[in-house]
Amino acid sequence: MTTKSTIDISNGQPALPKAPTGIPGLDDITGGGLPKGRPTLVCGSAGCGKTLLAMEFLVRGATEYGEPGVFMAFEETADELTKNVRSLGFDLNKLVKQKKLVLDFVRVERSEIEETGEYDLEGLFIRLNAAIESIGAKRVVLDTIEALFSGLQNEGILRAELRRLFRWLKDKGVSAVITGERGEGSLTRRGLEEYVSDCVILLDHRVTDQVSTRRLRIVKYRGTTHGTNEYPFLIDEDGLSVLPVTSLGLLHTVSSERISSGVPRLDAMLGGEGFYRGSTVLVSGTAGTGKTSLAAHFANAACQRGEHCLYFAFEESPGQLIRNMQSIGLDLSRWVKNNLLQIHSSRAMFDGLEMHLAMIHKQVQESKPDVVVLDPIGALIQAGTLRDANSMIIRLIDFLKVNGITAMLIDLTSAGEALERTDVNISSIVDTWLLVRDLELAGERNRAMYVLKSRGMRHSNQLREFLITDRGIDLLDVYVGPEGVLTGSSRVSLEARERATALAALQDAERKDRERIRKREALEAKIIALRKEFEIEDTESVLIASQELTRQQRLEKDRSAMAVSRQADQLAVSIPPRRKQSSR
Amino acid sequence: MKRAVKQLSKPPLRLDEIALQADDDSVEKWDLRLYVAGQSPRSVAAFANLKRLCEEHLAGRYNIEVIDLVKHPQLAAGDQIIAIPTLVRKLPQPIRKIVGDLRDTERALVGLQLRPGKS
Repeated sequence: MTTKSTIDISNGQPALPKAPTGIPGLDDITGGGLPKGRPTLVCGSAGCGKTLLAMEFLVRGATEYGEPGVFMAFEETADELTKNVRSLGFDLNKLVKQKKLVLDFVRVERSEIEETGEYDLEGLFIRLNAAIESIGAKRVVLDTIEALFSGLQNEGILRAELRRLFRWLKDKGVSAVITGERGEGSLTRRGLEEYVSDCVILLDHRVTDQVSTRRLRIVKYRGTTHGTNEYPFLIDEDGLSVLPVTSLGLLHTVSSERISSGVPRLDAMLGGEGFYRGSTVLVSGTAGTGKTSLAAHFANAACQRGEHCLYFAFEESPGQLIRNMQSIGLDLSRWVKNNLLQIHSSRAMFDGLEMHLAMIHKQVQESKPDVVVLDPIGALIQAGTLRDANSMIIRLIDFLKVNGITAMLIDLTSAGEALERTDVNISSIVDTWLLVRDLELAGERNRAMYVLKSRGMRHSNQLREFLITDRGIDLLDVYVGPEGVLTGSSRVSLEARERATALAALQDAERKDRERIRKREALEAKIIALRKEFEIEDTESVLIASQELTRQQRLEKDRSAMAVSRQADQLAVSIPPRRKQSSR
Repeated sequence: MKRAVKQLSKPPLRLDEIALQADDDSVEKWDLRLYVAGQSPRSVAAFANLKRLCEEHLAGRYNIEVIDLVKHPQLAAGDQIIAIPTLVRKLPQPIRKIVGDLRDTERALVGLQLRPGKS
């Protein structure tokens, strides 16, 4: 969780001093930790994690906040405690050697003890004091002090002494955690809440539908505001973590960056660029429609960009997923090898919802992924009730959004149910909803996909057939036939028909072209013939003209010769210049 | 007995290893340890009551060790002492613990198994 507290405690007044627990989430809901220098009661039924919470408070104090601690155990020996918390990664022996921790086991055995007359618990005070002084402890845990009630009979003395003990702890200024067993109708079996009134934390371990979930609630915390809800918490190899998820708001920053869905033609349907970064994408559809393949493409694309991807598979093992995706040409194993892709498989019904939520939170916080895939979310219903699953997924979506993580949720629509609804009723809060469905047509079942909604972008309204090939998912063009969109072999036959028509048209065009060429050739031949004809005529006419000229010249020559011979005057008048010329 | 009580009331409390051992080894030896804290009236009363009880029932075959936890707080863990005063019967086995100022002699005797108890 973020270090920033989600609860505002800084309203100008100096806040109550707090001793941070170092437990992720708990410091958030307590506004900084447990009350410093005061006792805190942690109560709950058996096996709900009281001792671990108390122990983590001490260990974190010693290792992270420089506050040594004393653990006074009434139920487990120091050796047992050391062994029990080793699985959480706490090395108590080391801390004891470093003088940061004192483990003191107090055994109270009723059968060995006889009471006669008056006594007090000074021995306990002395022991505790000695332990505190030996390392300068700032934190103390008494686990579980109620064991005294079973060891000692005189309740009057015990109660007076407990009151004195808590007073004494306050005076010592140590931050104490006192654990107590949950009682019938009261917080603790022995009414410890009577004495420890500054802060009371209730742990709960509830089993609903055979699935157990741990929850934590702050019953009271004097002098400070605190989260009042029940928060799920988780105990794993790193200790406790509390999930103050319900305190998330809708104040996340949004990104306008777009990321690819991994299917280029799907990106084209989504305004040409794909999803928004940090958005939540829901892919729903009936069984076998290729939802997981889509998710794998999405994960693959993220890894190709060098981003980290967390894939939560509730139905397949990592090996199975990788093998199956191999068959459609996606090699996810290389991303797993270089740690870009982490696949977490767990059966949904193995853990409670809150546990799943906590686990997802933890994984997300640890590996800080850019992209998260949940496949399928419907499986989580098996881990709880529908209402719980719904609220959990909403919280999860909020959490991912706040962290700017793009999420793809896969939801299986049960056969026979309306397609455009999800089992967990989250359709209204997702940003993009892709619906994959079967189209039954002409005796076939084919896959089709459409974008049901996609906030903030122009998206295609087409129903597209998609094929899962050995090279991945391929979206095809839309073929609309008389009965609607054509898919499968109907599409193939339409495609064939279209091809035949196209071929015929092509052939027709070619034929027309040839005709044209032939016509032109004929025309050109005609032109040549005409031109030739013309040329012949032309030559002939020129010849005739020249013959005429020659004839006329000759005629004139003959006429003048005749005139000369006849010495005709009229002819001499008609041609005087030539004569003059010739006379000159 | 009087001497012992006087000693107890004299500061500083110096009652460690007051040995009133039996000469005869054949009889069962009683090894008792009384944990006290400073000189609280309860501690003083406890020692007085214990002394009287031992003289009456275990004369000559007991050994009382008084441990002041104010001075030796680290010794509290050994016998798992939480209440003060606590009397621990180390010997004979098994270990028995009696908390309180031993005012009720009957119960103290039952606790020490010197008298068959009601339970």
